[in-house]
Amino acid sequence: MSKHHLLALSALAVSIALPFVLIAAGQEYLIGLLTRIAIYGLAALSLNFILGYGGMVSFGHAAYFGVGAYVVGIMSFHAFQNSTIFGLSGSDAALFTWPLAVVVSALAALVLGYLSLRTSGVFFIMITLAFAQMLYFLFVSMERYGGDDGVIMYNGRSFVPGLDLSNDLTFYFVCLVVLVLFMALFSAVVRSRFGAVLKACKQNEARMLALGCDVRRYKLVAFVIAGAVAGLAGVLNANLTEFVSPDYLHWTKSGDLMIMVVLGGMGTIPGPVIGAGVFLALEEFLPAIMESMALAQYKEHWRIVFGPLLIIVVLFARGGIHGLMFRGQSNGR
Amino acid sequence: MADDPILSIEGLSKSFGALRASDNLNLDVTEGELHAVIGPNGAGKTTMIAQVCGQLASDLGKITFAGRNITHTPQQKRPGLGLVRSFQITSIFREYTALENVSMAVQLGAGHSFRFFASAQGDPLLREPALACLDQVGLLAQADTEANALSHGQQRRLELAMALARHPKLLVLDEPMAGMGAEETNDVIALLQGLKGKISMLLVEHDMDAVFALADRISVLVYGQVIASGDPDVIRNDERVKEAYLGASEVGDA
Ligand SMILES: Nc1ncnc2c1ncn2[C@@H]1O[C@H](COP(=O)(O)OP(=O)(O)OP(=O)(O)O)[C@@H](O)[C@H]1O
Ligand SMILES: [Mg+2]
Repeated sequence: MSKHHLLALSALAVSIALPFVLIAAGQEYLIGLLTRIAIYGLAALSLNFILGYGGMVSFGHAAYFGVGAYVVGIMSFHAFQNSTIFGLSGSDAALFTWPLAVVVSALAALVLGYLSLRTSGVFFIMITLAFAQMLYFLFVSMERYGGDDGVIMYNGRSFVPGLDLSNDLTFYFVCLVVLVLFMALFSAVVRSRFGAVLKACKQNEARMLALGCDVRRYKLVAFVIAGAVAGLAGVLNANLTEFVSPDYLHWTKSGDLMIMVVLGGMGTIPGPVIGAGVFLALEEFLPAIMESMALAQYKEHWRIVFGPLLIIVVLFARGGIHGLMFRGQSNGR
Repeated sequence: MADDPILSIEGLSKSFGALRASDNLNLDVTEGELHAVIGPNGAGKTTMIAQVCGQLASDLGKITFAGRNITHTPQQKRPGLGLVRSFQITSIFREYTALENVSMAVQLGAGHSFRFFASAQGDPLLREPALACLDQVGLLAQADTEANALSHGQQRRLELAMALARHPKLLVLDEPMAGMGAEETNDVIALLQGLKGKISMLLVEHDMDAVFALADRISVLVYGQVIASGDPDVIRNDERVKEAYLGASEVGDA
C-alpha cells in the first residue's frame, strides 16, 4: 500500500473516531467544527475542480454555495409559513429540496458560466466576482426572506426518512459520507477522459483548439459540475446552522474558498479538504492561542497572524500543505 | 492521383493595423502533394497558416478544404475535417508525459470526451495509437518522460506526433525542423518522405535542403503575397526569387 493510501485511510479513521473522542472528552461542541470542515472541504473540493484542474480562476464560487443554501432555506421558510413559492408549497423533505437546490445551483452556474467563459484571464476573475456580487445583492434585496438578516429555518434541519439530522453526530456523519463520496468521484473524474481534457485545457488552451477540442464546452460542463457540488455544500451548511443569509454569497466567502484550495494544495484531491481543515481550525483556535500567549488584546485581530501565515505557505510551499507532505513524489495525476 | 486541390486559398488577406501580413494570397495544395512555402522572416507564412487553420479570422478571401468552404468554420471544427497543423513555436502540454500528449490528440479524434468515470490512463484505445505515433517520430523510449524534460528536438518531434495522431488529410507544418540538429532534421525528412503521397502536406520551412528534398511544388511568399510558384527546379532558377529571398547565397545544392 502506498503512503498516499495509508494516509487516506488513517485520515478517514481519525474522521470517524474523532467525534467520539470529543464526546468522551466533553468537547462535543467541536463536532460542529468538524462538520463545518467537511462542508467547506466539499465546497473547496468543487472549486478546486475548476481552479486547480481546469485553471479557471473563478472568484465567485460562493454564489453557488449560497444559491444551494437559499433554496433549502426558502423551501423551509414556506413550509413553516404554509405558503407557496411559484405555486410550489414549501418543504422540509431532504429528498425533494436537496436535489432541487443542486439543480438550481447547477442552472445558476450554467447561465453565469456561459457568460463568464466568453472571457479569460483577469476578465474572467472580475466577471465571476461581479456576477456573484450581483446575486449577493439580489438576496440582500429580498425583504421577504429577511434581506440582510437572512432566513431562519424554524423547522430545523431537513427531514430524511430513517435519519435524525437534528442529532449533531448523525449530521456530521452525513456530511462526512457526502464529502468522502465526492472525493472519490472527483478523483475518478480527474483521471477520466473528461479530466484529461480539463487538465490539458489548463496547460495549453491554444493547442487544444488546434487539436479540435471545443474548449469552451468542456469548461462550461466542469463549471456547472463545480457549481452543483458547491450548491450541495451550501445545502449542508444551511442545515448545519439552520440559517441562511446573504453572507453565504459574499465575495469574502469566495476568497476564503480560494484560500482553502491554495493553502491545502491546488490540483490535488485531498488538498482543498486539508486547506479547509487548517483554515477553519485556525479561525477557531487562533484567538484562544493568542490569548494564552498574553496577546489577548489582539485576539479580535487574529487575521493579523493568519494573513502572514498564509503568505508564508503560499511562498514557501507551492503545492500547499499537500505539496509539503508529498514533496518530491508524484502527485498521482 | 487526382489533381483536385484538397486546399485552395483565394484572395486571402489579413492586416495587423497598417501591416498587410497576408495580401490577396492565392495558393492551393493538390491531393497527395507536398507543397512547400518559403519566404523571408516576417513574410506572413505563420499568419497564412493561422488563417488556413482558423486561429485567425481573415479580413477577406475564401478557403476551401476538401470541396467545402471552411472560411468561417471555427478552428476547433477543422481537425475533424482532416485539416491539422503543427506550430512553429512548440505548443505541447508541458506537464503531461509524451504519451499523455499524444493520447490527448488521439482522444480528441475518438469522439466526444464526456466520459467521466473510466480512467483514461492506460486505456488501450488511446494508448496503442498514441504509442504508434510516438514510434513513428522516434520517441517511443521517451513515452513516459514529462514533455518539459524533453530536449528541444524531442519536443519538436512530439509536436509532430500530436498532429499525426489526428490522422490528417492535410498536414500543415510550420517549420517542423526549426532548431533541430542535422541528424534529427534528416530523421524528420525521412519521416515526411514516408508520409508523402498518403497525406497531403503544406510545409513551411526555412531549411532549404529539407524543402528541396521534399517538395513537389514550392511557393515563395514575400510581404504576404506569392511571388513565384512552381517546381523546385523552376524556383531554384527564378530571378525574382533569387532577388527577393534567396539573395546571392547558394541555393538548394542538396
Ligand atoms: N498578432 C499579430 N499582431 C500584429 N502583428 C503581427 C501578428 N502576427 C504577426 N504579425 C506580423 O505580421 C508579419 C508576418 O508575420 P508571420 O509570423 O506570419 O511571419 P512568418 O513568415 O511566419 O515569419 P517567420 O519566418 O519569422 O516565422 C510580421 O511582420 C509580424 O510581425
Ligand atoms: Mg512563422
